[in-house]
Amino acid sequence: MTRAFLGMPTTAPRGVGHLRGEQTFPAAARQALADPQLRRNLGHATATIRAKSAGVIAEVPDWEQLRAAGSAIKADVLARLPELLEQLEDRVSAAGGVVHWAADANEANAIVVDLVRATGNDRVIKVKSMVTQEIGLNEALEAAGIAPVETDLAELIVQLGEDRPSHILVPAIHRNRAEIREIFLRAMPGVDPGLTDEPAVLAAAARRFLRQTFLSTPVAVSGANFAVAETGTLAVVESEGNGRMCLTLPRTLITVMGVEKVVPTWRDLEVFLQLLPRASTGERMNPYTSMWTGVSPGDGPQEFHLVLLDNGRSAVLADEVGRQALHCIRCSACLNVCPVYERTGGHAYGSVYPGPIGAVLSPQLTGVADNASLPYASSLCGACYDACPVKINIPELLVHLRDQAPHPRGESAAMAAAAYAMDHPALYAAAQRATRLSRLTGRRGRGLPPPLSGWTASRDLPEPPAQTFRQWWASR
Amino acid sequence: MTAREVILARLRAALDPAPAPVEVPREYRRDAPVDLDRLVDRLTDYRAHVHRVAETAVADTVAAILPTGATVVVPPALPPAWLPATVTARPDDDLDNRQIAAADAVITAAAVAIADTGTVILDGSPDQGRRVLSLLPDLHICVIRAAQVVAGVPQALARLTSHRPLTWISGPSATSDIELNRVEGVHGPRTLHLILLP
Repeated sequence: MTRAFLGMPTTAPRGVGHLRGEQTFPAAARQALADPQLRRNLGHATATIRAKSAGVIAEVPDWEQLRAAGSAIKADVLARLPELLEQLEDRVSAAGGVVHWAADANEANAIVVDLVRATGNDRVIKVKSMVTQEIGLNEALEAAGIAPVETDLAELIVQLGEDRPSHILVPAIHRNRAEIREIFLRAMPGVDPGLTDEPAVLAAAARRFLRQTFLSTPVAVSGANFAVAETGTLAVVESEGNGRMCLTLPRTLITVMGVEKVVPTWRDLEVFLQLLPRASTGERMNPYTSMWTGVSPGDGPQEFHLVLLDNGRSAVLADEVGRQALHCIRCSACLNVCPVYERTGGHAYGSVYPGPIGAVLSPQLTGVADNASLPYASSLCGACYDACPVKINIPELLVHLRDQAPHPRGESAAMAAAAYAMDHPALYAAAQRATRLSRLTGRRGRGLPPPLSGWTASRDLPEPPAQTFRQWWASR
Repeated sequence: MTAREVILARLRAALDPAPAPVEVPREYRRDAPVDLDRLVDRLTDYRAHVHRVAETAVADTVAAILPTGATVVVPPALPPAWLPATVTARPDDDLDNRQIAAADAVITAAAVAIADTGTVILDGSPDQGRRVLSLLPDLHICVIRAAQVVAGVPQALARLTSHRPLTWISGPSATSDIELNRVEGVHGPRTLHLILLP
């Protein structure tokens, strides 16, 4: 491989991580839609979070000004990304941290495995992190004989249930309390057999189960919500305290972050720490936020590693329209308002990034051909754009990516034929008259014959009028 | 080529042609009056217990919260007058994690509090101690002075020092992971008391 090729923006590699599904979105969605329990769970959860979030956003008189600032800060970050990453590296190193660079998932996994091995431990505790799911870190650790323990309650539910996450913020959103109780009874060692499905009782069971693990595991792996280039400060936003445990108790902390998570200045946090909690969990502030800069002598991990990951982000950045998907702060507001997500859930999207943001981010990280059905997993209603705290124009991106997706040859032939007919008035009038004939053969909604039946499989064909406009005009 | 060189070269190639410089509009609120009642309201809303007392009454307030004989982890420079005689103090002279976890409670001061969001922020100063002290005990009593309360997030960040380890606390440990309802009490302290001094 030449140096020039290595230095070109590159999509995320195949065969590692969780950015590609095994099925197309329509096929996976059909299975999800056939599960009434799943639809009830999702409908209940998304309605709850929408109401909570709307309530606390309404309390903030300058919400639109904060959105505008958040969007602009992220655009500024992308425009200056190389220099900001160099500055971040410099500051983290000066504060006693070690910075590693990983061009893709395989490199990142290898770096983390080597770092854990160097500590001599065969178990790590993990804070919920989208990026480590993206790169398939848990599988890489297990293959190296290292046990990753997910400590976020929802991640624990997913891990114990041998399931896959289905939401950015609440990976077990597809499970209700009764299902969670069953998973705990089946898979949580030492659980009280009298466990009830009260949420507080389930949370207490997780507390007991993980306490010993927290106190006895000397290595933790985390993601990061923000990294401040100016100061070298990392921030993790969480609720349960499992994040604080992982960031405070172990001797060694390894943080993996996508390169786009950097923000220029300390002051920029004032925007995102107002936007993120209200848009994501619908809280004025999440229960716990931890910030650390390198290593603090006598307090917390005495060895800190930061892994900066590309894994397709450079390819997203190279698209002038598409790059705004890198503004995402992983709040999941777009999932919660999406009529498609609310019905299909997250698994149907195949990638760890589900919902509207996933439909525009995953195809760009992998190359559109590898996730070609995702840009169509939307009705383009625009609710996601309105909800996004950093104003990502998701509908614009969906249309942009549909244009890049491979299209069947018949489609362009049909479009060319339609364009030709519309350019020739006599032909157009004849075509309109011909649609009347179809009234004799079928009733409304019956659909078109193959090969056009794909179009009408999920759409009603409008009933042709008894008279065309031209015929009406001529008869007046 | 190292991975670092590869990534930086890729990002530079992706930014060719260079995007226009971005001006960040900062028209959001950056100063607002401090409303102590709002702080109390926000904290209470997230099931923290708030006590507004004079400084001379801190020890009595602590004594009313904790049963007699309770063991309490104490950061190195906590004002001794805040501790009642009814509790057993465990000063942090390099306590190990199991000793800290075995204590009934921890008492700390704080660096800053935010009224709009019901947040207290610890910065590891000697009256707050190491981060682990306020993490492992199941009950946290945090003492804050009115002068440390600011209106919003921007004012709080302006008062904080980035190189200190910071813990922002908004109510007791909670989760929204079961049906997206907030449930108090997972891994952090399940009970949080705020003592607000004038």
